Amino acid sequence: MDFFMQLLVGGLTVGFLYGLSAMGFVMIFKSSSVLNFAHGELLAIGAYFFLALTAWANLPIPIVFIIALGGCFVLGLLVERIFLRPLIGEPLIFVIMLTVGLAAMFKGLILLIWGGNLYTYPDFLPKILEIRWGMIRIPPVYGATLIIGTLFLTLFGLFFKFSSQGIYMRSVADNQRAALSLGVNVKRVFALSWAIAALVAGMSGMVLGIINGVNVHNLSAIGLKVFPVVILGGLDSIGGAIIGGIIIGLLETFTGGYLSPSLRDVVPYIVLVLILLIKPYGLFGLKEIERV
Amino acid sequence: MRKIHLHPCGNFRERYDLELTVFSTDFGRLWAGIGLMILFAFVPLLASPYMMYVFNMIGIAAIAAIGLNILIGFTGQISLGHGAFFGVGAYAGAIFATALHMPMFVSIPAAGLVTAGIGMIFGIPSGRLKGLYLTIATLAGQFIIEYVLIHWESLTKGTMGITLPPARLLGLPIAGDIGFYYIIFIALAGMVWIAINLMRTRYGRAFIAIRDNDRAAEGMGIPIFPYKLLSFGISSFYAGFAGALWAFYMGSITAEPFNLGLSVEYIAMVIIGGLGSISGSIFGAVFITLLNETLRFATELLMNTGIVSQSGLNVAPLREFVFGLAIVLFILLEPRGLAEVWRIIRSGFRLWPFSY
Repeated sequence: MDFFMQLLVGGLTVGFLYGLSAMGFVMIFKSSSVLNFAHGELLAIGAYFFLALTAWANLPIPIVFIIALGGCFVLGLLVERIFLRPLIGEPLIFVIMLTVGLAAMFKGLILLIWGGNLYTYPDFLPKILEIRWGMIRIPPVYGATLIIGTLFLTLFGLFFKFSSQGIYMRSVADNQRAALSLGVNVKRVFALSWAIAALVAGMSGMVLGIINGVNVHNLSAIGLKVFPVVILGGLDSIGGAIIGGIIIGLLETFTGGYLSPSLRDVVPYIVLVLILLIKPYGLFGLKEIERV
Repeated sequence: MRKIHLHPCGNFRERYDLELTVFSTDFGRLWAGIGLMILFAFVPLLASPYMMYVFNMIGIAAIAAIGLNILIGFTGQISLGHGAFFGVGAYAGAIFATALHMPMFVSIPAAGLVTAGIGMIFGIPSGRLKGLYLTIATLAGQFIIEYVLIHWESLTKGTMGITLPPARLLGLPIAGDIGFYYIIFIALAGMVWIAINLMRTRYGRAFIAIRDNDRAAEGMGIPIFPYKLLSFGISSFYAGFAGALWAFYMGSITAEPFNLGLSVEYIAMVIIGGLGSISGSIFGAVFITLLNETLRFATELLMNTGIVSQSGLNVAPLREFVFGLAIVLFILLEPRGLAEVWRIIRSGFRLWPFSY
């Protein structure tokens, strides 16, 4: 029973992290229907910004956190302006391949600067966040993750629901041409959604870095694991991303615990194929009705 | 004797079959003949063993890239699993040669057929999915095949890999790089011939119709799903054929090279070469293979001369960065690829004093 509880808690936390990582991905897809293969590298960039600022600049943590998030925001703006904007209206494969190329570029750049070693952040979280419950001990990191994650989730929920920019973003996602004709500045919406997505990705990367240590290979692998998560949750649903993440995380840890550790990494993709065959728009995705 | 066509000074095509000719002028036919002669008669005499190795790698990559171009460029189905199919072909060829003791010229096409079957299985989602959903499904296929290649140990020997018997053709051993050069390039010429002619048949036209608008194609009476499956099958056949050739050429294989990076490399070849162009796939294969070799050469040079002293690990990242940069630059600056550059250069010569 202890083993089961351990797996359950482990799965929930891993899943929550997957969901958190998937949020930025969903945000880009929602507003510009770009499938971002460079998502894992955006996570890594956030994590390495944080690393560089904590380890070498020796600033206090909250300031570092804010500066790193700002850096990610600017990076998202730049990526959209330089690489994605010329491709508006081009066929899907060019956009997909562009993000694949960007992924290779970012990864190569990070490896050139920091190398492939595993880095860890200095320990800075207060001990109050540690949860003890019988035999189970949850380290403070997970408590902090839960708080940060919930905070971002509510913030973005409110942003999409009530702010004018959020409403513009939803309108562009719904129908780009109609939004254009109603006077929505679609270019600005794209730029903003890339910026916010990079910010969210950077935040998830930092959290992942606190928990697992910072390594570009691990982080970019998580970027690919986002695909099963968002397909399960529905490509354009932020809440779905969290729930899909938790399901995939639980599935992974239970397969790893009870069946075989090597099967762990491939199970999400088997699930992915099954979902695509049975229910392609996921649990909470918007169904596009189009008969072929 | 029929009339020789050189350069017509306008478009004098009167029937549809004139549009479909492979060579629009006899000049092109002549150049193709000269090119083949140089390829088969002079290159093996003049090139060094290392150059022969590079040529062979280009030939193998070109076969696989043509296959992927049939799927992406002509049928419009984006696949991220081509590297895995290449691996399936390599393993199938190796298993046929070691476990069943098939001769090489049987086991390579047989490996192609096995891969075609597996490709069609992973093409089944295309019945319901299109666009990016299909892309994600093929991404999953890539990971599942990779897993099976490593973990089905009774068949693939897991991480140990398989060592193939030395390649023999009709009882004669194949002598090194030059022997393989002839096999690979005869195979490539055959595959190019098949691909070009396939696109002139009703199957090829159906593929293009599906690419341009699948609903309209369905409306015109093309059964979409069988044709998509066929396209997956043909494309995987090419990948499997190339993979089996590669396995025989290398002599021993492990599952390691057939990862997502290889799939991305093939897509890069197709995009850099030019979507929907057979010659483009060959250009792309040449470009990517030469890029890989140049970068390897450059990093070795940098390390030997001691300009980058502490960079024992920094070889791969630079390669990855330049590779990504090449893809991004081609997409942004010349999305129709090297085939288009080549067309512009050619028409520049033809229109010469007034070229634009």
